[in-house]
Amino acid sequence: MTHGSRHISVPALARVEGEGGLEIVISDGQVAEARLDIYEPPRFFEALLRGRQYTEPPDITARICGICPVAYQMSACQAIEDACQTAITPQITALRRLLYCGEWIESHALHIYLLHAPDFLGYDSGIHLARDHPDIVSRGLRVKKAGNHLMAAVGGRSVHPVNVKVGGFYRVPTRQELQQLVPQLEQARQDSADTLTWVATFNFPAFDRDYEFVALRHPDEYPITQGRIAATSGLDITPAEYDQHFQEFQVEHSTALHSTLDGRTYLTGPMARYSLNHDTLPADIKEAAKTAGLASTCLNPFRSIVVRAVELLFACDEALRLIRNYEMPEIPAVDVTLPPGDATGYGCTEAPRGLLYHRYSITADGTITDAKIVPPTSQNQRAIEADLRDFAAPRLTLDHERLTQQCEQAVRNHDPCISCAAHFLDLRLTDGSQRLKAVGGT
Amino acid sequence: MAPMPALAVWKFASCDGCQLTLLNCEDELLTIAGSVHIASFTEASSQVEPGPYDLSIVEGSITTAADRERIQRVRAESRFLVTIGACATAGGIQALRNFQDDLTPIVYARPEYIQSLRTSTPIADHVRVDFELRGCPIDRRQLLEVIAAFLAGRRPNVRAHSVCIECKRAGHVCVMVAHGTPCLGPVTQAGCGALCPGVNRGCYGCFGPMESPDTASLSKIWQGLGAGGPALARTFRGFTAAAEPFRTAAEAEEAARHDAR
Repeated sequence: MTHGSRHISVPALARVEGEGGLEIVISDGQVAEARLDIYEPPRFFEALLRGRQYTEPPDITARICGICPVAYQMSACQAIEDACQTAITPQITALRRLLYCGEWIESHALHIYLLHAPDFLGYDSGIHLARDHPDIVSRGLRVKKAGNHLMAAVGGRSVHPVNVKVGGFYRVPTRQELQQLVPQLEQARQDSADTLTWVATFNFPAFDRDYEFVALRHPDEYPITQGRIAATSGLDITPAEYDQHFQEFQVEHSTALHSTLDGRTYLTGPMARYSLNHDTLPADIKEAAKTAGLASTCLNPFRSIVVRAVELLFACDEALRLIRNYEMPEIPAVDVTLPPGDATGYGCTEAPRGLLYHRYSITADGTITDAKIVPPTSQNQRAIEADLRDFAAPRLTLDHERLTQQCEQAVRNHDPCISCAAHFLDLRLTDGSQRLKAVGGT
Repeated sequence: MAPMPALAVWKFASCDGCQLTLLNCEDELLTIAGSVHIASFTEASSQVEPGPYDLSIVEGSITTAADRERIQRVRAESRFLVTIGACATAGGIQALRNFQDDLTPIVYARPEYIQSLRTSTPIADHVRVDFELRGCPIDRRQLLEVIAAFLAGRRPNVRAHSVCIECKRAGHVCVMVAHGTPCLGPVTQAGCGALCPGVNRGCYGCFGPMESPDTASLSKIWQGLGAGGPALARTFRGFTAAAEPFRTAAEAEEAARHDAR
């Protein structure tokens, strides 16, 4: 290392969903460049959807991500129903929210225990952590299993549920079937409360950020399945107005396509949801968050694990509440009537990792002519790179291994799902190195 | 004490759902971790060790030139190689590109930069595969059976019969006979537990074709239900579209449509 010039390079990030790396170029003691590289192969979903029937996006787009298939199914259904001007019954909406709670529980438990906590405690994996702390990891797996059971009970299967359709469900569960989940969810609620207490004890580097947050917002509920799109700057729009404010484009110094909100970097995900919707959380969840050291906003990405634990607790409570109030829908799905002519519909829901936008254009015979899907990890790339740059800058005196590990952790703070982001990524060959690289989404 | 067998998990073009199925073995995960040495599993662990590996579990299909080379290295370092899921065993939903013109210009403004292959192909098209586990996603219990079998040095007990047999065993009413719902169950390999008929839905074939499927007979039944031709072709052109029997059956449906004109 001479003249303060070096590279921090992690060719394959571990404990993220999908394949990516990070690269920080340090020149003359300054961070010259910080990149989140994604070399996950593109899978061309938007193109594959063209010519398919309007009933197919829930099943097809679920396959973009095995960790959050329900998010894809829910955004897809909402967008198609919007194109068909179909209103869903409150009972079906509640059942969708219940299914979605299962995915939040499963996904957040996975990230907290198996992907993120090992960073704070100095282990390579959740499995290594389990050798010293079997009871703690078992608790996490118990919560995760409860989420998977809930998804299977409502969705028919936890990975790529089979029971979701445009208009509702193929079959709705009975009260009794849902009632059987209650003991396991009550245990999961207690385990989640213990999870929150546990993660609150971790050491968090001081790293408050000036994020512009973007999340759904709904007057009556903490947003999961519906709402308007809100931002710290005061943005308040419907999903149909998304394309007027959010742009994806290529920047000069990089092969990355970035997403911006009216030209600005923004962040979506648990921290954004929590900070923009703290007022809609139930009083006891607010109290639990406060006890865990969170204010009504969270600006330190290393504390995102605490926010995830708050949402985990909330999702368990919410699932129990929805089961308590469950009214079995009289019909499993409403009839979805095709539009008289060409129509476009928009859908936005809160995936565990943040805002997930779908847009479909369909013809009067139900054929899809155009599709656009913007997953949260694509949107967060720019904020993740900014985090990397600003986190590394004052820490360049740390030894290489330690700084590299902390930079990886700075990426994992955002639970990036690269399989999602790369569902249609721009794949390029960098000059000379013959390494396939890709960053960005459209 | 003999050293524990080394397990590696690899990802190619896929959604991560089949690897996740391993992490979804909540009750068994720590037991597995106690009886094998997890030498490489990037999604779950920062610890990545070089080969050789006793058992490699491979998720995803081959869609790039780099991955075409990478799978050769994985094979060379692995005593046994098992592929999991529709992407690895049939090319996955992304294999729909195999039947279309180049999709790159639809998605990308600068298609000249795109290095993706024109096709998505299963792992077995590139290297020798010791066992293929079907499903989109795979079934958790079948995955445990496969891991246990390879660790014990025996063949996995995974049946190649149709979903119908599982469906009857589960006591479901036949959705096709009783409700007139088109169902791929008669030609699709079992393993899921007949989930779709369990929710009053027709099977959509995510475990791929069973051994020697009679797709011609199925076509007649679907036609009788008013769902032959394009609707059936589209259903075959799903998550295992590139699997040979479904590929040819879809082509037959499309040809029949042209003949009818």
